[in-house]
Amino acid sequence: MANGATVGEVQRSVPGRFIAFIVRWTTATNHKDIGTLYLCTALLNLFIGGTLALCIRAELFVPGLQFVEPNFFNTLTTMHGLVMLFGFIMPVAVGFANWLIPMMIGAPDMALPRLNNMSFWLLPTATILLISTLFMDGGAPNFGWTMYAPLSTTYGPPSTDYMIFAVHMLGISSIMGSINIITTIATMRAPGMTWMKLPVFVWTWLVTAFLLIGIMPVLAGAVTMMLFDRNFGTAFFDAAGGGDPLLFQHIFWFFGHPEVYVLALPAFGIVSQIIPTFSRKPLFGYRTMVMATVLIGFLSYIVWAHHMFTSGMPYGAQLYFMLATMLIAVPTGMKVFNWITTMFRGSISFETPMLFAIAFVFMFTFAGCTGVMLAVAPADFQYHDSYFVVAHFHYVLVNGLTFAFLGGAYYWYPKFWGRMYSERLGRWHFWLSAVSVNVLFFPQHFLGLAGMPRRIPDYALQFVDFNFISSLGAFVFGFSQLIFVYNLITSRRRGEPASDRVWEGAQGLEWTLSSPPPHHSFQTPPKVD
Amino acid sequence: MSEPTPTDKYYIPASSHWPILCCIALLTFFVGIGRWLHDLPSGPWVWLCGIALLVVVLFGWFGNVISENLSGAYNEQVGRSFRSGMKLLILSEVVFFAGFFGGYFFIRLWGIPMLGGEVHPITSVMLWPDFSAEWPLLTNPDNDRFLGATNLGSPWGVPLANTLLLLTSSVTLTYAHRAMAAGHSGTLKAGLFITILLGATFLGLQAHEYIDDYERNNLTLNAGIYGSVFYLLTGFHGFHVLVGVVMISTMLGRALKGHFSRPGDHFALEGVAWYWHFVDVVWLLLFLFVYWL
Repeated sequence: MANGATVGEVQRSVPGRFIAFIVRWTTATNHKDIGTLYLCTALLNLFIGGTLALCIRAELFVPGLQFVEPNFFNTLTTMHGLVMLFGFIMPVAVGFANWLIPMMIGAPDMALPRLNNMSFWLLPTATILLISTLFMDGGAPNFGWTMYAPLSTTYGPPSTDYMIFAVHMLGISSIMGSINIITTIATMRAPGMTWMKLPVFVWTWLVTAFLLIGIMPVLAGAVTMMLFDRNFGTAFFDAAGGGDPLLFQHIFWFFGHPEVYVLALPAFGIVSQIIPTFSRKPLFGYRTMVMATVLIGFLSYIVWAHHMFTSGMPYGAQLYFMLATMLIAVPTGMKVFNWITTMFRGSISFETPMLFAIAFVFMFTFAGCTGVMLAVAPADFQYHDSYFVVAHFHYVLVNGLTFAFLGGAYYWYPKFWGRMYSERLGRWHFWLSAVSVNVLFFPQHFLGLAGMPRRIPDYALQFVDFNFISSLGAFVFGFSQLIFVYNLITSRRRGEPASDRVWEGAQGLEWTLSSPPPHHSFQTPPKVD
Repeated sequence: MSEPTPTDKYYIPASSHWPILCCIALLTFFVGIGRWLHDLPSGPWVWLCGIALLVVVLFGWFGNVISENLSGAYNEQVGRSFRSGMKLLILSEVVFFAGFFGGYFFIRLWGIPMLGGEVHPITSVMLWPDFSAEWPLLTNPDNDRFLGATNLGSPWGVPLANTLLLLTSSVTLTYAHRAMAAGHSGTLKAGLFITILLGATFLGLQAHEYIDDYERNNLTLNAGIYGSVFYLLTGFHGFHVLVGVVMISTMLGRALKGHFSRPGDHFALEGVAWYWHFVDVVWLLLFLFVYWL
């Protein structure tokens, strides 16, 4: 394919080349092409979602209403959440899965390449539909990404119906992607690549894909009921007809909690690949790592109502969900222990990917601790719907997972493109990000503990200082990411050629291929012993 | 745009324009429904365009796969991948229905008793003093906004007949599948045909029952939570039966063309059979928990 395109380029006119370009990428079935598409789309959505976030932080810079109306502020928080979740952090994980899983298990491609194309192209289609709601009459959805009934049913703006369809399409996309990933891992492993030899990244994605198949259809069901309540007079979430708004919360969080691990597990996998490489030691406790991944996957299904402690559940249920939630700290703790023990007495070097991975371990552990605080039901009555919750899950998603994915991007960049990134720019990016992201989110813990509620455009005067600091951090963090993009683009042409192994301590099948790897990774299966 | 020639070990399909067209079809379909719901005159037409494009895509995409299979391009690994994919697709459908059943049991075993004042008696007294918890719920808390059903049909009439129809159809489909494996093309066609008839009869009876419920029993979508869950569960099940009938009809069409008597791995029929059995099991659960108990 690549040969065909270059030969044709010489004679073709500009519109002809444009059409060829469109056709090449829209009809792509190659796992690397689709992985690249996923990663680029995720990066674009990161900046769209980030712009929405900066609008939020600009409004909260000082008290009072400066830039946006309260209702538009609510649409900002809603769209920021939905775009970042479905448009950035899920696709970035799928992008790495597409690129890496076939290379790591010794396969030429994904098992179902055409399905793979469809799972990708549903993503921008749905994202466009989602973002278009911002420009519709009545405004975009304004009830938060959690879409609680009756805010979304009785009181939602008309554009809510389109948001529901966008969620349906994203759900189809995720389910197809997961089917493909599980099938690839199940049927395309190279001879000798037994289950307990799979790299941890592949294991984490296997569990993630099962999580997705177990939750995305439930979300589809929930938004379908929402659609019916809005348009066809049903009473699922309306107590006047015998329904129950709490039903929505239960179904939504049955999806929502495992969703957190859908995002987290691939990040765990990436960190488990990076740390051994730069510690020049094999991963400590591979078996416990796999076991912890499966355990986290299982536990994530049975803890959902810890998001609903203040909804009037019976005490017995609160007690159960509190204790079950705390159990998750055990396998997560095993993972953190293994990462640290892998580094212990290793000959560590601190290239950019390793910096991001270490920052991930540190900040994710911190986020886990605030998670345990939130799991304590009586204490949660104080923290619930406050900025403490915002701080907690942004520590998980930004300081934790986004750092892991950025580390992964630097780690595999030379392998994917055959050129080294600029280490100097990478360090600037890391240190600016690592400092500013803590300036951004750390003060929000104090705001929440002092009683500042989430999702409001204005606040009382005692919250001024910390909001001011937080907004400063937000802008520095946001603009630091431009260094990353600049590094990616310029290194593509100007970077040093990368060797096949790239990193001295790198282990695994993907490093045995050339940099960049051939179009179809392994034409004949490699022998693994 | 020539792909590198596939090795004898792996089959790698070339670029395809069907997936992107499928995405466009789905987008058109959903935007059409959205416009329709918002009473824009273009709605139904946009929706129809989406459906039409979807039909084209399904013919094109599946036609592509069928011709690749018949030309012998596939190997054993492709067959295993298709089987794994179909199993996981059915798993996702199981989860879809499990979510609805979960909602059903939550409402029936927790939501309604709560409304009846079982946990905090004060709420029902303040809001709806006359409400009494029962299942099936015929009198809603606010019976002016949601006028409850007057009467419910017996499970031992049409629902029982439907159960027998679907159970029989599962047997006839298995029979057809066995016939294909044994190379009896006549029995295969007869088995598929009878299965389609049974499935279509099921759909006809279900439609008849819906009309009856609407006209005589006032069991409507607007009849409160009982009507809501009843139509949600049976409606999505009925839709799956419809999809199954279309799939089996496709298999019959292919059998008439003689596809299954040619050498090759005929996974399609097997996958359709799995799907049909799954739909059958969902119905048994519906019959048990929604109609009967």
